[in-house]
Amino acid sequence: MQSNNQYFVPHGSYWPIVGSVGMASLLGGFASSLHGNVLGTGLMVLGLVIIIFMVFGWMGQVVLESESGIYNKQVDRSFRMGMGWFIFSEVMFFAAFFGALWYARNLAVPWLGGEGNNFFTGQVLWPDFKAVWPLIQVPDVSKYTVPKGIIHAWEIPAINTLALLTSGATLTWAHWALLNNKRNQIIAGLIATIVLGVIFLALQVAEYGEAYQHLDLKLTSGIYGSTFFMLTGFHGLHVTLGTIMLIVILMRVIRGHFNPENHFGFEGVAWYWHFVDVVWLGLFIFVYWL
Amino acid sequence: MATTTSDVQIDIDAHDEHHHGPDKGLMRWVKTTNHKDIGTLYLWFAFTMLLIGGAMAMVIRAELFQPGLQLVEPQFFNQMTTLHGLIMVFGAIMPAFVGLANWQIPLMIGAPDMALPRMNNWSFWILPFAGAMLLSTLFMEGGGPAFGWTFYAPLSTTFAPDSTDFFIFAIHMLGFSSIMGAINIIATVMNMRAPDMKLMDMPLFVWTWLITAFLLIAAMPVLAGAVTMMLTDRNFGTSFFDAAGGGDPVMFQHIFWFFGHPEVYIMILPAFGVVSQIIPTFARKPLFGYSSMVYATASIALLSFVVWAHHMFLTGMPIAGQMYFMYATIMISVPTGVKVFNWVTTMWRGSMTFETPMLWAVAFVILFTIGGFSGLMLGVAPVDIQYHDTYFVVAHFHYVLVTGALFSIIAAVFYWLPKWCGRMYNEKLAKIHFWWAVISVNVLFFPQHFLGLAGMPRRIPDYSTQFADFNMISSIGGFAFGASFLLLTYIIVNCIRNGEPVKDERVWESARGLEWTVATPAPYHTFNEPPKKAEILNESSHIGAH
Repeated sequence: MQSNNQYFVPHGSYWPIVGSVGMASLLGGFASSLHGNVLGTGLMVLGLVIIIFMVFGWMGQVVLESESGIYNKQVDRSFRMGMGWFIFSEVMFFAAFFGALWYARNLAVPWLGGEGNNFFTGQVLWPDFKAVWPLIQVPDVSKYTVPKGIIHAWEIPAINTLALLTSGATLTWAHWALLNNKRNQIIAGLIATIVLGVIFLALQVAEYGEAYQHLDLKLTSGIYGSTFFMLTGFHGLHVTLGTIMLIVILMRVIRGHFNPENHFGFEGVAWYWHFVDVVWLGLFIFVYWL
Repeated sequence: MATTTSDVQIDIDAHDEHHHGPDKGLMRWVKTTNHKDIGTLYLWFAFTMLLIGGAMAMVIRAELFQPGLQLVEPQFFNQMTTLHGLIMVFGAIMPAFVGLANWQIPLMIGAPDMALPRMNNWSFWILPFAGAMLLSTLFMEGGGPAFGWTFYAPLSTTFAPDSTDFFIFAIHMLGFSSIMGAINIIATVMNMRAPDMKLMDMPLFVWTWLITAFLLIAAMPVLAGAVTMMLTDRNFGTSFFDAAGGGDPVMFQHIFWFFGHPEVYIMILPAFGVVSQIIPTFARKPLFGYSSMVYATASIALLSFVVWAHHMFLTGMPIAGQMYFMYATIMISVPTGVKVFNWVTTMWRGSMTFETPMLWAVAFVILFTIGGFSGLMLGVAPVDIQYHDTYFVVAHFHYVLVTGALFSIIAAVFYWLPKWCGRMYNEKLAKIHFWWAVISVNVLFFPQHFLGLAGMPRRIPDYSTQFADFNMISSIGGFAFGASFLLLTYIIVNCIRNGEPVKDERVWESARGLEWTVATPAPYHTFNEPPKKAEILNESSHIGAH
C-alpha cells in the first residue's frame, strides 16, 4: 500500500458523513425532546448509537492501519499535534466555566450585594440580599432552590483528589513499563488506573446523591449550584470518556498492540487523562476548597 | 517550466497507485479526503450561504427603504437581522476562508494534502447539517431567533422562542467543525511543510492562517461554553445569566465577546494574507516588510484576546475597566497600521497593472482602512457613548467584513480560480462587475455612517422620518450590490465551463509561490515529492521572505 512516495494520504472514507448524520440526529433530537417531542428522544438515542458506531468504526480502521505498519513518523506527528491542540481546545472550554465562576463570585454577587457604586442596585432589586460565598441564599428564593449546605472539600473531594493523582502515577508506571516493554506491568498499571477512575466516578455519583437528597444542593440552586454542577459534571463526563478510552487501550495492550517505539494511541489517551487530572486540581481548589 | 518533468514523473507514479484520480459520481464528494475537493466543497457551501444571507439583507433593506412598516412584521425583521449576521459570519465568511486554506495551504507549502485528511472531510460535512439546522429555525413555531447575532441574555434565554435550542446546537456543530478545521491547518503547516521550507519562508497567506487557526482553537470552545450555559439556563434551571439566582446577564456579554473579539480577527487575518499575496504579484515587487507583516499579524492576534469589553462600554463596567479596554483597543491600530503601510509601500514605484484580483485587493486596502478608522472612533470609550448601537456601528463592521473580508475572498477567487480550473474568467465582465460592486457597496454603507452619527439605532424595522433620505440611498445601493452577485455567479460559472483555457503554470506573469510551479489546472494530486530547496528559495525570495 505504501508507494514509492513518502507521504501517507488515506482513501475516501464514509465515517465522517456517518458522524455528521449521528451528530445532527443526536442534537436535533435533543432540542426537539426539550420541547416535549417524543420522537425527539428516539432520534437522540439513535444519533448517539450512530456516533458510537462511527467512533468505533473510524478508530478501528485507524488502529488496523496503524498495526499494519503503513503509518510513518510524519503521520505519528500529525496525530500528536492533533491531540495536543484538541486538548488545548478542551482547556478553553473549561476556561469558559471557570471564568463564569470567577466572575460570579468576585464581581456579580458582590455587585448585587451593593459593593462599589452599586448601592442602589441592591436597594432597588433585593434589599435583603447578603453577598457571601458560597452563595446559599440567592437573591430571589422563590425562583431557585435554597440548599441546606454545600459539599466540603476535605471529605469525598479530598479522597477523589487522592484517587485521581494516584491514577496519574499508575498511568505513568504503565507508560514506563511500555517504554521498557514489560507487558505485564503495562496491564497492571492500566488496570490500576481504570479502577481508580471508576472509584472516582462512583464517589462522584455518591456525592451528587448526597447533594441532591440531603443537602438540596441542585443545578437549580442559583449560581453556586450552577457552577458547581456544570464544572464537576463536565469534568465527570470527561473522566467517563477517559476511562472508556483507557479500557480500549487496555484491550489493545492485551492483544499485543504497541511497542516501545510506536504507541501514540497509548500516549494520546495518557495526555487526555493527565489533562482531566489537572482540571480536577483546578476544581478541587476553586470549586470545593476556597 | 522547471517542474514540468517532475510533474510528469508524479503523474506516472500516481498511475501506479490505486488512488490516483477522483472517484466517479456523487460519492466522490461525500467520501473525499482530497484537499482540493474539500476546498471546492467549502467554497460552494460558503457561496450558497452568502446568497441566502444576502437575500435576508435584501429583505432588511427593502423594509428600511421608507419609514413605517411596509413589508414584514417587526418580529420577522429581527429574525432577518439575526440570521443574516449568523449566516454571513458562520456560514459564508469563515467557511470561505477555510475553503481557500484547503485549496491553497498544501499547494503553497509543497505538501501532498492536509495532515489529517479524513478529519478534514468531517470538518466540512458537519457544515451542511449545521447550516440546515440553523435555517430550519425560521420555519418553527414561534419563529427563528430574533435577538441579534450576538444573542445577548436574557433576550436569548428568558424571552427567546423554542427554536433557540436548535440554534444553540447549530452553533455547537459549527464550532466543532471550525475547531477540527483549525487543528488540521496547524498540523498541516507545522508537519507537512516541505522539509526545506523554513517558517520564515512561508507565504503570508499561510502565516496568517496559522495564526488564525490558533485563534479559532482558543476562541471557539469559549463560544461553546457560552451557548451551553444558555442551554442550561433555558432548560435546566441554572442561573448563569439571571441575577435572581446570583448570576449576571452582563457576564454573558463578557463570555460572548471573549470569543467574539478574536472572532473578528479570525475573519480578517486570512484576508490580510490574501491581499499580501496579490499586491506583490501585480505590483511586480516583493512584499515590503515581510517579517514585520508576520510579527504584526501575531501581535494583532495576541491583542485580540485582551480587548473584548470595548464592545460593552455602555453595559456596565467600572471606569478603570473602560480605560483599560480603550487603550488596549487603540493599541491594535499600531500593528494594523504596519500592515496597511506595508501594502502601500509594496505598491510604491511598482510596475502596477490592474487585473481583477488587483482591483479587489486595492479596494480592500482603501475600504478596509475606512472601516479601521471608524473602528478607532468606536474604540474611544467616551465617544462610543454616542455611537454605540447606532448605524455607525453597522457601517463600521460592514466596511471591515464586506469590503474587507468578503472583498479579499472575491479577490482570492479571481486570483486562484485560473489555477484551480485551468480556465480564465472574462476580464472585461469581471471589471464591469468590480466597478458595479465597489460603487454600489459604498452607496450602501457610507450613508449609514451619517445615519448613525445622527442617532439612528440599529436593529429596528421603522425609524423617524428625518432618517428617510439616507436610508433610501442606502437601500438603493443595497439592491444594486445584491444584484451584482448575480453577475458574479455568471462570471464564475462561465469561467469554469467555457473560460479560455490557461496552460501556463505561472498564470500571472510575476506571481511567485509554490502553487504556481504545479501544472495548470492543478492536478488532483500535487507534491507527492516535496519541492527542492532551490525552488523554495527562489519562490520565497520573490514573495519578500529573506
